[in-house]
Amino acid sequence: MDFWLLFISLIRAGLKMAVPLLMTALGELFAERAGVINIGLEGMMLAGAFGGMAGSYFTGSPWIGLLVGVGAGLLFAALFSVMSVGLGADQVVTGAAINLMALGLTGVLYRRIFGVTGAALSVQTFAPVGLPGFQDIPVLGEIVSGHTALLYIGFALVPVATWVLFSTSLGLTIRSVGEYPRAADTAGLAVSRVRHACVLASGVLAGAAGSYLSLAHSNTFVEGMSAGRGFIALAIVIFGRWRPAGAMWAALLFGLANAVQFQFQAIGSAIPYQFFLMLPYVLTLLVLVLFAGRARPPAALARAYER
Amino acid sequence: MDLSIQNPKSKTQNQSTVRRWTGRRWRSSVLSSVIAVVSAFGIGALIIRAAGYDAGVALGALLDGAGGSWYSLSETLLRSCPLLLTGLAVAFAFRCGAWNIGAEGQFLVGALAAAWAGPHCDGWPGYVATPFLLLLGACCGSIWGGIAGLLRVRRRVQEVISTIMLNFVAIQLVSYAVHGPLMESTGQFPQTSPIAEAARLTRWFPPTRLHAGVFLAALCAGLLHVLLFRTVFGYAVRAVGLNATAARSAGIDVPMTVLGAMCVSGGLAGLAGAVELSGITYRLYEDFAGGYGYTAIAVALLGRLHPAGVVFSALLFGALETGASGLQRTAGISSVLVYVIQALILLFVVGASVYERRTR
Repeated sequence: MDFWLLFISLIRAGLKMAVPLLMTALGELFAERAGVINIGLEGMMLAGAFGGMAGSYFTGSPWIGLLVGVGAGLLFAALFSVMSVGLGADQVVTGAAINLMALGLTGVLYRRIFGVTGAALSVQTFAPVGLPGFQDIPVLGEIVSGHTALLYIGFALVPVATWVLFSTSLGLTIRSVGEYPRAADTAGLAVSRVRHACVLASGVLAGAAGSYLSLAHSNTFVEGMSAGRGFIALAIVIFGRWRPAGAMWAALLFGLANAVQFQFQAIGSAIPYQFFLMLPYVLTLLVLVLFAGRARPPAALARAYER
Repeated sequence: MDLSIQNPKSKTQNQSTVRRWTGRRWRSSVLSSVIAVVSAFGIGALIIRAAGYDAGVALGALLDGAGGSWYSLSETLLRSCPLLLTGLAVAFAFRCGAWNIGAEGQFLVGALAAAWAGPHCDGWPGYVATPFLLLLGACCGSIWGGIAGLLRVRRRVQEVISTIMLNFVAIQLVSYAVHGPLMESTGQFPQTSPIAEAARLTRWFPPTRLHAGVFLAALCAGLLHVLLFRTVFGYAVRAVGLNATAARSAGIDVPMTVLGAMCVSGGLAGLAGAVELSGITYRLYEDFAGGYGYTAIAVALLGRLHPAGVVFSALLFGALETGASGLQRTAGISSVLVYVIQALILLFVVGASVYERRTR
């Protein structure tokens, strides 16, 4: 195959696979910056995927599907938030419960609504859009143009998240709540409210990422289709050292690794494709081991705050 | 849960994160666990109703699938076996304040080791081959758990994160093995060759698949009880879990205790993988663990991190998962419904721990 064609298709595939990881990771980043570790991302993504598919199926509009998917993610995030922030329950265990719950509920509902097979469902999905101004540039245009709108939204969120987190008082509030909630509380900040909001935001983004999976990536819903992406998002946050831009680069890296893996699987390469799938996790461990000093999580991460 | 790793400054946060789960008096612990289960089934029934099914029929199908005949009862016991071992693994690590979310990976690594060695045991006497295989699985699981333990005590990497990462590394390792070097000799399916006859656990009551591993698991529960409550190491484990700062002041080597607990925990999970392989499947394939490691968290917490409690909760979860197939067959409800019930149990257990903490 022509080198440029292969290169372009790899990057394009990498971008596509990076977006759901990126969106979910950005949500998790906000939750973690506020001191809440949300292990339930996997479940919220799955809920979003199911909601997105169902919404689009019944209304014929992928945008309404997206709304329903976001709502589904939000619902699970609200449950998580009430338990972990409101009641101060253990965040990791509650998150694990959310994952189980979403896996079970989406499975039961899917079978209830769409029957056993459901494979032939025709769902309105997101159509690719051209980027004006980029379309005609060779190579670059071919890489960045012609994706779904959701993809562009996902990447546009990165500067927004950076701005909110580091240039607004809201961001300062969020970070202080995650670092030292006692001090934030003493300074009159509403610790619980900030944490609730950040967890809900992570649910919204995970739900949107799930909708992306079912409406722009796989174009259908399959039981358990989030397939560990929620956990990769967790890894991405660490790998990006709790910064939106870092998360974007990590998501791109992991997305690309996945795209390369598919390519290798197709052509039967000497390097087993499983090693590419392993990469995100091994790299994350390495980052944690090698940059233990610099890759420091928010000080109050995973710790319930009681006044 | 406390992710701060032996930070001497955070004294107050080091206290009683484990106590929250173990409860103070066993009567109230048992009571709250029972309430959690009953409530979970109640809410589960409401969800089934809301989804448009008959809750009574569903419950009947679940019970029938789990214990309607001797055969299904034996299947429940078999299903409980890996859940008991992984549940004990999680409980032991949690007791030490080490949040081992990695039973899934350790289970897989144990099974992988057994699947690798198993086919080569041809011609060995059974009383050598089987224990060898199980021990190998336990050792490799122990190493996998030990990595996370070592990363925590040496590099302060939170074990919650590292064990999750190691789970996925193990999943990909297994995938590589069954597609690559360990693929069955006929090369037809992505699975390993069956292990040698000699290395298989004896099935004692055919036609049921009941094998010696069930008794081994029960024995492990007893041994773990002794280890936890009757030995110096067990005392250290509990002390570190209850208050690492106080334990250090009392002269306990906290890092070594955490490392040891992670190794024991990983070993139990690895043993579970090897037992499942040499007792039931004889082969390794992708998706071999199928979530045992995550269910184990629920099993351990419902059992209040106590070996005896874990036995009961493993039986309950084993019955649930066995009944699930009946649910699908008889009532036409997707078997993943049991995940909903498991999640509800977990949420109610979490809720109970909050309630107990508030009313103390």
